[in-house]
Amino acid sequence: MTRKTTQWHHLCDVQDLIPESGIAVWTPAGPVAIFYLPHQIPSLYAIGHHDPFSDANVLARGITGDLKGEPVVASPIYKQHFSLRSGVCQEDDSVRVPTFQVLVDGEQVLVEVPATQRADAVA
Amino acid sequence: MSKKNLLVIGNGMVGHHFLEQFVATDAAADYHIVVFGEEPLLAYDRVHLSEYFGGSSHTDLAMGTAEWYAENNLDLHLDEQVTGIDRDAKQVVTPKGTYAYDELVLATGSFPFVPPIDGNDRPDCLVYRTLDDLDQIRASAENGKVGVVVGGGLLGLEAANALKSLGLQAHVVEFAPRLMPVQLDDDGGALLRRKIEELGVQVHTEKATTAIVDGEDCRLRMNFSDDSHLETDLIVFSAGIRPQDALARSSGLEIGERGGIVINNQCTTSDPHIHAIGECALWNQRIFGLVAPGYTMARTLAGALNGDSEAAFTGADMSTKLKLLGVDVGSIGDAHGQSPGARSIRFNDEASGVYRRMVISEDGKKLLGAILVGDNGPYDTLLQYALNGIDLPASPEALILPESEGGAPALGPDALPDTASICSCHNVTKGDICGVIDAGCQDLAGVKAETKASTGCGGCAALLKNVVDCELEKRGVEVSTDICEHFPYSRQELFHLVKVNGIRTFRQLIREHGQGHGCDICKPTVASILATVWNEHILATDHVALQDTNDTFMANMQKNGTYSIVPRVPGGEITPDKLIVLGEVAKEYNLYTKITGGQRIDLFGATLSELPEIWEKLIAAGFETGHAYGKSLRTVKSCVGSTWCRYGVQDSVGMAILLENRYKGLRAPHKFKLAVSGCTRECAEAQSKDFGVIATDKGWNLYVCGNGGMRPRHADLFATDLSDEELIRTIDRVLMFYVRTADRLQRTSVWLENLEGGLDYLKEVILEDKLGLGEELDEHMQRVIGTYQCEWKTAVEDPEKRKRFREFVNDERKDPVQQWTTERGQRRPVAETA
Repeated sequence: MTRKTTQWHHLCDVQDLIPESGIAVWTPAGPVAIFYLPHQIPSLYAIGHHDPFSDANVLARGITGDLKGEPVVASPIYKQHFSLRSGVCQEDDSVRVPTFQVLVDGEQVLVEVPATQRADAVA
Repeated sequence: MSKKNLLVIGNGMVGHHFLEQFVATDAAADYHIVVFGEEPLLAYDRVHLSEYFGGSSHTDLAMGTAEWYAENNLDLHLDEQVTGIDRDAKQVVTPKGTYAYDELVLATGSFPFVPPIDGNDRPDCLVYRTLDDLDQIRASAENGKVGVVVGGGLLGLEAANALKSLGLQAHVVEFAPRLMPVQLDDDGGALLRRKIEELGVQVHTEKATTAIVDGEDCRLRMNFSDDSHLETDLIVFSAGIRPQDALARSSGLEIGERGGIVINNQCTTSDPHIHAIGECALWNQRIFGLVAPGYTMARTLAGALNGDSEAAFTGADMSTKLKLLGVDVGSIGDAHGQSPGARSIRFNDEASGVYRRMVISEDGKKLLGAILVGDNGPYDTLLQYALNGIDLPASPEALILPESEGGAPALGPDALPDTASICSCHNVTKGDICGVIDAGCQDLAGVKAETKASTGCGGCAALLKNVVDCELEKRGVEVSTDICEHFPYSRQELFHLVKVNGIRTFRQLIREHGQGHGCDICKPTVASILATVWNEHILATDHVALQDTNDTFMANMQKNGTYSIVPRVPGGEITPDKLIVLGEVAKEYNLYTKITGGQRIDLFGATLSELPEIWEKLIAAGFETGHAYGKSLRTVKSCVGSTWCRYGVQDSVGMAILLENRYKGLRAPHKFKLAVSGCTRECAEAQSKDFGVIATDKGWNLYVCGNGGMRPRHADLFATDLSDEELIRTIDRVLMFYVRTADRLQRTSVWLENLEGGLDYLKEVILEDKLGLGEELDEHMQRVIGTYQCEWKTAVEDPEKRKRFREFVNDERKDPVQQWTTERGQRRPVAETA
């Protein structure tokens, strides 16, 4: 692997996270939702904030939980569930939102995003 | 007759369970009970200790409450260590005094074994047993990057999970060649190792630590006997437990060779007035390091002290089922196949990471033990075969093969004998469950309340539900539908559980009565129940993640992700000054305005970050939140009434304002609306509301359970010619009865239609107080009213709560997706392009 097309960004701090819920951050690849689920492993997830069904940036404001063991967030607008691991919509697996690597370094929350705007992020 | 003294030393899970059992016996009345706890905290759930790092507090983990101890006249001495027992004088000594006993119970538990390694007493060398230990681990982890757990058993892996959740690079060091050597075999241990290494925990087996010295890159360095080493910032020892028998030892009670207070089948020690239960007790040369056998001992002893000559502890099943670092692990009975002639059937799917082993008897008829890694699906069925000695089917391998390869025959609850143990924590058999159902229990919640089944570790929840459903169906009872996959209860049952058990957080409820992590169905439902019962702020830390976005941000989300705002306008009465403020605010933020059907004004198009700014201005002008976002009171519509109208006979506006201010903020299963008409012409359309009030010349007529909207229903006349006080009390009671008994998202109209006995029954309950609930309903309503707060006022005044209202936490830009156009002089979202 020689081509490096992604980069880690410090986008917020641990204290910005809300347990069992999501927050939105702005990244070079568009809006990203970060979820902190302290009772699940892993406990941090990052997916696109943009809801493909309503065309609104709202996924971070959905209710989190699990469906048959899969960690999910429910879109606050039309209530479709998206896997926090794969981004796949549980009601329609032809729809998928992007997912991103996320980790905590000390107090910083880092997200790995493409260096340029993604095609499926709306800005 | 003066009371005898019963002293209990130790306030852990088993000690607490003993008290629960004993206070329920007849003998409890003969004793003055004193309880000593060494820790300053009430008994808490050590099984779920790692959740403390996930945000649970002592309150979440607590087994009981100080109130419960007080109610049962238990004299509780926390933070008071017993230092000696004088068996001749029959008294115990603490730093604060001496206490006489007639019967003494030792429930002193165990302490973590720290292997004798040079340097094991250095700072950052810790253990994992109490909340205090966890605080120390947390403090040590703050300045570290790497953490090591010594011991790869059940508790060690829990501890590794805790270190991981603190953000450390976690390692597990195990002396044996595999993880969980007691419960798993080589293949199972290897799979578990692979799975948890995939999760980022490094495992080192066959490592004997020889010394702990100063580290170079980290604070500490562990040297191993094979000359390898590992650097780490902190070490947690979890290499097994040792019975806490020091008190018993110093007072001359018989102690086992390797520790443990020797007890007989009645849990009595070598002194007939001293008893021991739990991890400190040695029965038949065995220490039981799990909570279920400790509970069984507690029950046995409570029975024996109550004069039950048949109460006896006869050993315990050590089968375990748990999720370690998210990986299913199960171990049943003779997992290693050590019985003579035992044979094994193994299924090992390395691709999907599932390992299953059955140990069967020589004749192939009985299941002796089992090991499961990766998927505990077959656990309940296998456990029933093993515990009850049920004959295996002709092809027993089908029990552990994946369904696609032959279909695992589930052991139907019908096939279980009456003696089958369903809940091992509370020793409840299928026969016990049938008994309470025959005695009148009609649902799962009732069975749980009566038998306590599934209220210990909760591992039998699914099996219990199957048994109860099956038995109810056999008796012709229709089985109610569960709210979702996380709770086997209806909303009403959940309400009851929350109230009766004093549950204050979702986390506690799902841990004790549900499974998984919840979803967008159960979380808002439970949030609403918690709000009704306890009335805490909906944005309080414990509740914020449970709410629908509308409740979270206290505004109504519209199709483009912006919100609308509806300030309260009680009774539809508004001053010109307030009208002007609404206009000014709408103009400043370019909000689309529309008059609602409930005599209020809706302001559309506010972004998340604008909401608190807008509310600051509205609150300054005297507005309160209108709860248009909540499952709660919307509006009390009114006509102008006798104040202006030629025909009006009562002050309908005044009554509407009074009612609106009374019920604002109350959380209900669904939204509800009221209306007050000043005369029989009914201009306020009160008969289409949940509660409709129509003035008469003698007072008020009350109509209930009407509805407009999608499924219109005329309200039913409930009572006539009520005085103001009678009207309010009647609405209070019907409303609170609805809140307590309706299903999720059930409007009052559907609720009444489904209420057995219908309107007549409702009248009996409310007007004749047939159930004797009246005062309780009044009191509950009074409490809710007394704790009302304008949620928006609380939110804008709290910087922490305001932080939630940022579009992007790292950037002040506005949401770029919102595109606007203008129509009829106002701004609106662009139409969808299709």
